[in-house]
Amino acid sequence: MKAFKVPIGILAVYILLSLTLPDMALSSGKIAASYFKEMALIMPPVFLLMGLSEVWITKDAIRKWLGKGAGAKGTLFALVFGTLPTGPLYIAFPLAASLLRKEASIHNMVVFLGAWAALKIPQLLVETEFLGLEFTALRFVTTLGILLLMGVAMEYFLKNEKNPGWMQEVELPMKQK
Amino acid sequence: MTTLVVIYTLVLAGGAASLIKSPQKTKRAFMVAKKSLLKSMPSLLTVIGIVGLTLGILSPEIIESLLGAEAGFFATILAAVIGAITLIPSIVAFPLAGSLLRSGATVMTITAFITTLVMVGVVTFPLESKVFGKKFALLRNGLSFVGALIIAAIMGGVLS
Repeated sequence: MKAFKVPIGILAVYILLSLTLPDMALSSGKIAASYFKEMALIMPPVFLLMGLSEVWITKDAIRKWLGKGAGAKGTLFALVFGTLPTGPLYIAFPLAASLLRKEASIHNMVVFLGAWAALKIPQLLVETEFLGLEFTALRFVTTLGILLLMGVAMEYFLKNEKNPGWMQEVELPMKQK
Repeated sequence: MTTLVVIYTLVLAGGAASLIKSPQKTKRAFMVAKKSLLKSMPSLLTVIGIVGLTLGILSPEIIESLLGAEAGFFATILAAVIGAITLIPSIVAFPLAGSLLRSGATVMTITAFITTLVMVGVVTFPLESKVFGKKFALLRNGLSFVGALIIAAIMGGVLS
């Protein structure tokens, strides 16, 4: 129950808002309801995928393909892997965390998350339509450059973490070599 | 919609293959999924609540009126901040950016808006920090915000 302190606080804000600004409360409530529906449909299968990858994909495979030793090939793999999907970034969080637990490098996961957020191919098509090819191409190149630098920076800032957050989220129900 | 179809197809195919290979491991996968979903529940509810509140206040029309009229450096920072705190699907965001551009906003401003919109998630922060830890989430969002301003400055310089 203690964990639900914040959501309950937010609910109180909604109730307060409905008494003072009913119009805004109504539109906020509608938006929240549609996001609730979206998340209720999308999060269970996302976590199931994470569970399946947690159990089936070996550490060795991830380390080899996306780990520190994978070099430029690993980064390219993370980039391609990130540009293919559609869907909001929060879907990628549990998946990337699962890959980090399997020793994918922080650099590659920052690139993966960034590509998912900003360089998804379906999204680029919409962008080209509304803002032009020149705009889209230049944004792709500059964003990719920034992402690669961000990966280096985050790898550096997090290298001494003894017990990083992504290791705490799931208690692995089994020992893995 | 496509996202849902893809994810459900992957889960069904993966789940079926997993069941055939090892029912025991599949059960374990379900347990892992259930546990972390339950653990993330409060952050998910928080995100949903905050999204409703911010988008109820910052509707696309209001964003347009805030960013269309302003110009210069201040507009770019404002655009970056609004992009960071809102969560709009790209199908709405790109037409909005296009109309902002036509109504007089600079390339730098709309680039800052789009980039922080997709890369920085203030409202999804509770979930991100639950999943990756606070330090990772702070670094990723902070660096993305600074990065977005750099990207905007380069784009503004080249395309004007």
